[in-house]
Amino acid sequence: MRPTPPSCMRLLVPVKRCVDYTVKIRVNAQQTGIDTNVKHSMNPFDEIAVEEAVRLRERHKEKIENIKLVSIGPPKAAEIIRTGLAMGADEGVHVEVPETAPQPEPLGVAKALAALIKKEGKPIDMVIMGKQAIDGDNGMTGQMLAGLLGWGQATFASKVELLDGDKEVKVTREVDGGLEEIKVKLPAVITTDLRLKEPRYASLPNIMKAKKKKIEKVTPSDLGVDLTPLLETVKVTEPPKRVGGAKVENVDELVAKLKAAGVV
Amino acid sequence: MAAANTRLRAIKLYKELHRLGREYPDPGYNFLGKLRRGFERNRNLTDPEEIEKALALGDYIKKETLALYSLRKYRYLKRTYSKPEGHDL
Repeated sequence: MRPTPPSCMRLLVPVKRCVDYTVKIRVNAQQTGIDTNVKHSMNPFDEIAVEEAVRLRERHKEKIENIKLVSIGPPKAAEIIRTGLAMGADEGVHVEVPETAPQPEPLGVAKALAALIKKEGKPIDMVIMGKQAIDGDNGMTGQMLAGLLGWGQATFASKVELLDGDKEVKVTREVDGGLEEIKVKLPAVITTDLRLKEPRYASLPNIMKAKKKKIEKVTPSDLGVDLTPLLETVKVTEPPKRVGGAKVENVDELVAKLKAAGVV
Repeated sequence: MAAANTRLRAIKLYKELHRLGREYPDPGYNFLGKLRRGFERNRNLTDPEEIEKALALGDYIKKETLALYSLRKYRYLKRTYSKPEGHDL
């Protein structure tokens, strides 16, 4: 009798280099975008995704063979991959985009990820990624990727459980009005919501160890993908400045002011 | 040998705290200055118990700072990306 081999699941975690959450966003002088000469870090929702992948492996040691990170971005995106490797991933892929090129759009990113997954020698079983990037706030890439691959998707996940047999996952989703529990057949795309996991701190010794892990460099043309934007940003402006309020003495004055404003 | 060991631990702790302190959110609180002075104040400790206490205090501060950072980030994300409870939109 041959022993059943442990299933060898492979996880892919796309991570994005975003403007850091502490930065005060400013519109650039040309009104075409935001000032990007500021501090950048890994998208917080992607940090949660990396943490979930690492914890899944801690819980199911024999089942998960490999956690691979991928980032599509300028040369500095490699630092973000290093942070993820320091958190516990095994290897990374950096799809390098020139520094001066415009930021890839969700559809472009999804196409690049799909091409990468199809190129992989061993099949990917699960893609875990953030629900949205805090600078772009599109929240589309995961869904588009699932569509392009023809895979199931479980978005806004606040809990992920691997079911017996490793062919399905049970995902609790955060939806309007509460939580929804669904079962998704693997392979699938899962996007993470805030309450899924608390990401760990990448300590200095782990960062040192991560320097030995491999990061493969590819270009979009290696994947056969064109990342030129299909959309043109016409204008970016700041929200109108808040006008100061005024104090009123009594109800009559309030009503008079509301009438003057045309609201009543 | 013990002296070399604690020296290495102290240096490792200092490096870690320094790295953390660079992102301290309150510009009015001189984290890095206080870190340096705290370590300098204790540079001539010889009693192993006192050394352990000082290292433990450093470790405690590291954990507290990490907790501060992750809570701050969590609260920001919650405020920005969650609908407030009990609102019917």
